[in-house]
Amino acid sequence: MRAPRRPLRILGVGLEIAVPIAVLVLWAVLSRDGSSFYFPPLLDIFRTFQETWLFTRVGSDVVPSLARLLTGYAIAVVAAVVIGVALGSSHLLRRMVDPVVQFLRAIPPPVLIPAGILVLGVNSTMKVALIAFVCFWPVLLNTIDGVDGVDPTLRETARSFHIRRRDRLFRVVLPSAAPQIFAGARVSLALAVIMMVVSEMVASTNGIGYFVLQSQRTYAITEMWSGILLLAILGYALNGLFLLVERQVLKWHRGVRAGSV
Amino acid sequence: MSEAQLRQRAGIRISVRSMLDRTAPAVGIATAVVLFEVVPRSGLVDARFLPPASAMLRSLAGQVADGSIWSPIGQTLQGWALGLGLAMAIALPCGILIGSLYLLFMATRSIVEFLRPVPSVALIPLAVLLFGAGLESKIFLATFAATWPILLQTVYGVRDVDPVAMETARSFGVSAPRRLLRVTLPSALPYIATGVRISSAVALILAVTAELVLGNPGLGQQINIARQSGAVELMYGLIIATGLIGWGLNILMTMLERRLLHWHPSQRTGTR
Amino acid sequence: MLRVEHLRKVYGEGTRRPFEAVADLSVTVAEHEFVSIVGPSGAGKTTLLKCVAGLLPQTSGAVYLDDEEVIGPPEKMALVFQDYSRSLYPWMTVQDNIAFPLRRRKLGKAATRELIQDTLRSVGLGEAGAKYPWQLSGGMQQRVAIARALAYQPEILLMDEPFASVDAQTRADLEDLVLDLRDRYGITILFVTHDIDEAVYLSDRVVVLTPAPTRVAEIVDVPLARPRDQVETKEQPEFAHLRAYVWRSIKRPEHAATASV
Repeated sequence: MRAPRRPLRILGVGLEIAVPIAVLVLWAVLSRDGSSFYFPPLLDIFRTFQETWLFTRVGSDVVPSLARLLTGYAIAVVAAVVIGVALGSSHLLRRMVDPVVQFLRAIPPPVLIPAGILVLGVNSTMKVALIAFVCFWPVLLNTIDGVDGVDPTLRETARSFHIRRRDRLFRVVLPSAAPQIFAGARVSLALAVIMMVVSEMVASTNGIGYFVLQSQRTYAITEMWSGILLLAILGYALNGLFLLVERQVLKWHRGVRAGSV
Repeated sequence: MSEAQLRQRAGIRISVRSMLDRTAPAVGIATAVVLFEVVPRSGLVDARFLPPASAMLRSLAGQVADGSIWSPIGQTLQGWALGLGLAMAIALPCGILIGSLYLLFMATRSIVEFLRPVPSVALIPLAVLLFGAGLESKIFLATFAATWPILLQTVYGVRDVDPVAMETARSFGVSAPRRLLRVTLPSALPYIATGVRISSAVALILAVTAELVLGNPGLGQQINIARQSGAVELMYGLIIATGLIGWGLNILMTMLERRLLHWHPSQRTGTR
Repeated sequence: MLRVEHLRKVYGEGTRRPFEAVADLSVTVAEHEFVSIVGPSGAGKTTLLKCVAGLLPQTSGAVYLDDEEVIGPPEKMALVFQDYSRSLYPWMTVQDNIAFPLRRRKLGKAATRELIQDTLRSVGLGEAGAKYPWQLSGGMQQRVAIARALAYQPEILLMDEPFASVDAQTRADLEDLVLDLRDRYGITILFVTHDIDEAVYLSDRVVVLTPAPTRVAEIVDVPLARPRDQVETKEQPEFAHLRAYVWRSIKRPEHAATASV
């Protein structure tokens, strides 16, 4: 796509800023009189958001939710990278585990919650374990692919210069597979958020997911909206944070891609 | 040893290797099944909570034999298909428009960027509120979640059309609608196909989640019922069935993609 | 001294269609000598080089470096690949790329830094140490690969069509650079190329190969005076005569005939 002309570009940036503001204003105006039961006045939602989440329920709901999410996610990523590197280096092993991994990955994650409740009970361990289990597969598959796909010339260069095993792993194989590992980790992050919310909806007495569903069931509509807004912000922030880290770690990768075009 | 003997030995070694290679996937599946059989039997985990694989598969087979599994499968697939279909109906035209009109792209960009990472399951309460616990809720959630991947991929694909191809078409006096049909869409197709494949998986997740959380009829609901009634083996059987459906849909989507894009360089392998 | 004795390499031996890349190849490279290997495309040039480098096990025959048999990549040898964009590690800066093979040698920080600076200066890249390879032009990247090989302080340098992917002017510059470095560092060079001019211009001797299954067609002595010069050397009748001679030697049909027997 060609770069648009300058006046068009200025107009574009103007729209980029103006449209979301206009949408919010429109929403606020239309919902102002509170005539719709489902769509309470936007300003009320904001006020409730402030009362609820800044910072009354942070300790009781937000922290437990995020702690479970991050613990499960971290376990999954570390385990998947370690096992993925091992599997990626053996062709036969890779062929063996492939169908099993494909199957486990294809299970829609939330259906595992009933099994989790059964085996581990209704508690935080269950949620962490399920988040870890679900996040494990995309990272594993991508790590295997990434390790398998290390350029043979890079490998041969390392061999001919007698690079030590440890250096070969940490400075050749892992950096080379990093773009794919990050792609998998990003998919997993989205799954982790889904599992966090759903597991709290189905089996919990705290957490943001529990709060929104409970608000709906007790017809505390403004509270429900404030919870949805919080989840939206969390999803956006987690994704943004992830991109920030990825951009930092894979700076070289963007450089290579920009350079090769 | 003579050279002929050496050769023969090497030949045997290689054919053993290729045989191992060919049977590896089957061996892998068998190992997993045996593991799930032995571990519960050994008492390492409580067999009441994690029954042996044979028991899970037997209960699944029972469901298949008496036909009671088909209607929940149908209900889940119905949610998936309607969700994915609606998402395509919304996201394809919107994506093409946003991708080809620069000002529209800029106007929608910040909203799309904000809404895309929003966890769609957060909307479950809203869905119940607006549509009740019925099929509409399931479709609403599946559609919402499945729209984003297709929309973004379409926008990206349309914007990524080679300007030279576009200029060429224009210089030959090809009309705008024909340019869309003959240049823009074919070159955006690989992106769109990827989006649809991702959306298919997402739509299934949301359909099942709606069943699980809202008690919407389908596999998710059956799994929950099985757990509550203590039918542990059946619960696992149904989870396996759900996994198989997810797997089948993945394969189906990949196959469709390959069919549709057999002409595209990204699908060619083995050329060096 | 490098000795290749009756080297033979068959790919896919024992399968239904084995491919004999190198039939029977013997060649010796004396100390400080510059030997080029030329041959029609499809002659097992790269196969030969990889066997010599210890990266690929030969089917039979042997390679000796200073009377020691080559089994893995020898310590006294460094390699420069054709594809610089794939043999330099894109996630490392230029100086890290050069330092990477030296980590094991534990030279000390200051000595390593000095060695890197020296070699970078000698390839004309004194200022580029902190850059990433993809920020440099193709010719400069190949200079980095050469610097990395030099910093490894080998006795013999193997170069696999190192200038095949750079433009003509850069190529001439790099050829002169290699000749200059050979004199300065006193290393032996085995140089694979498909370019006859390049082979004649650079070498003391040119080894002409037949198409696969490869044998030595002929070894041509190059008695051109040194130092060589891109203009003066190439306008000598002797140069024209030699290149014509090598050309005919490659194109001679009886090689193909004898090879297929």
